[in-house]
Amino acid sequence: MGPATSLPRRRRSLAGLWFVVPFLAVFLFVLVVPVLYSLYLSVFQDKLIGGRSFVGLANYSQLFSDPKFWDGLGRVALFLAVQVPVMLGLALVAALAIDSGRLHGAPFFRMSVFLPYAVPGVVAVLMWGFMYGDQFGLAGNINKLVGHELLTPLSPQWILVAIGNIVTWEFVGYNMLIFYSALRSVPSDLYEAAAIDGAGAWRVVFSIKLPALRQAIVIATIFSIIGSFQLFNEPNILRTLIPSVIATYFTPNMYAYNLSFAGQQYAYAATLAIVMGVVTAVIAYVVQLRGSREANR
Amino acid sequence: MVLFALYALAPLAWLVINASKTQQSMFDSFGLWFAGRFALLDNLHQVLTYDGGIYVRWLANTILYVVVGAGGATVLATLAGYGLAKYDFPGKRAVFATVLGAIAIPGTALAVPTFLMFSQLHLTNTIWAVIVPSLVSPFGLYLVWVYALDAVPTEILEAARIDGSGELRTFLTIGLRLLTPGVVTVALFAVVATWNNYFLPLIMLNDPNLFPLTIGLQQWNLRATGVNATPIYNLVISGSLLAIVPVVAIFLALQRYWQSGLAAGSVKA
Repeated sequence: MGPATSLPRRRRSLAGLWFVVPFLAVFLFVLVVPVLYSLYLSVFQDKLIGGRSFVGLANYSQLFSDPKFWDGLGRVALFLAVQVPVMLGLALVAALAIDSGRLHGAPFFRMSVFLPYAVPGVVAVLMWGFMYGDQFGLAGNINKLVGHELLTPLSPQWILVAIGNIVTWEFVGYNMLIFYSALRSVPSDLYEAAAIDGAGAWRVVFSIKLPALRQAIVIATIFSIIGSFQLFNEPNILRTLIPSVIATYFTPNMYAYNLSFAGQQYAYAATLAIVMGVVTAVIAYVVQLRGSREANR
Repeated sequence: MVLFALYALAPLAWLVINASKTQQSMFDSFGLWFAGRFALLDNLHQVLTYDGGIYVRWLANTILYVVVGAGGATVLATLAGYGLAKYDFPGKRAVFATVLGAIAIPGTALAVPTFLMFSQLHLTNTIWAVIVPSLVSPFGLYLVWVYALDAVPTEILEAARIDGSGELRTFLTIGLRLLTPGVVTVALFAVVATWNNYFLPLIMLNDPNLFPLTIGLQQWNLRATGVNATPIYNLVISGSLLAIVPVVAIFLALQRYWQSGLAAGSVKA
């Protein structure tokens, strides 16, 4: 046997491929093929009579003039514009506070803020839904206490805020942890240098900590955008409490779900899924691009 | 920070408190304090026996989905992340770009097409319909890749090769050991994702005997509405509490590992 160093490069590179192949096989099966399949479906239409027929881009033009689609899309866009900055802002403040070294019991706070993330979304919504209710919920308790309808989180005006609160509760700790982990990896000699230069606490935050967080903020923003566009669990479960307030097309995702499982309109639902996938990917890409451009400045 | 902690913990306290109430005292007592008979054990007993013990079945299903789905996802992501970080092979960049792009595809946007495809293959309403899609975690692959770049020095791998160790053995004896915090992180987040999965089983499964806890609990919740409404809120709440405990326990037990694993992933991109 020759020395191992003479192992042909080719064989080594094939070894690398073998590590990746199992993942790729499943990846193709559950991601690539379904995407191609829905692209295929989106150019057909299913009729009760006559079966499946090719319709070209008709599903797309129908979708773009479908008020229910725009209604849902507008709602998640509004949700995104308000909830994501609030949540990430809170997460940032919490991460900076825990990292500041002036907080007693920091590990306790870190863990307690994070805990809701481990709670199944379904359980979180059931729980908040009960608390929002006026029968045995906290909202009901408070209303009774002050003697009139002060809090009505399940009313049409407040429902989006109520959902935003649930989502914030679930994910603020997760984002806080991402920020906190990024802060931990700042080399400590940077802080020493800042101290020698006489930089104050705020100066350190703005000149060292926030720049170090930039990449983590970009990642967290992208995940939150994806999450907002996917909004489904929270409104769909709350719907069982208040079917009159939350329509079947409250979010695009609920619309797609109801189109396929209540309406059997699979091709149209596939079209909606593709359009939402493209919208999400484009926005995520723009955020990524802007994030890295600012980093290069 | 005290306010933050209160905001995070108060709802959980509400859950614990109300899991200890009978359905009646839930309605006529203040939400954030105990009232009436302490009925927690009673409620838990009912949760486990109601409807022929279906909750236990759901719990077992959830554990099965988590062990096979999240376990498999971790294995696949670890192998692939390591392979991408430490080897060169044709098409590597394309593979990497595709997988990273897939992170931006909403899982729920895929659910409908995946359901249609699976129903053509007669896989819907089987355990595989839940397990197979859980096996792929692009984000997990990304985390392992970042971690492997930092934590596994190529020189050590070279040294092992010179000593005549095969590629797989090198990975198992050296790579895997160095990767542990990264792998634990990926495993934990895969466990949470699978334990909490709702949308996928919701569309894939009809048979209550295959439900995970999340779907089961929502089914119980639905009993409170409709024509033959028989609310079992006390069971929904106690059952929810019971469903949280294992995940929280795992997180607390392993926090040392996953926090250092997460640190690597959050810095680079």
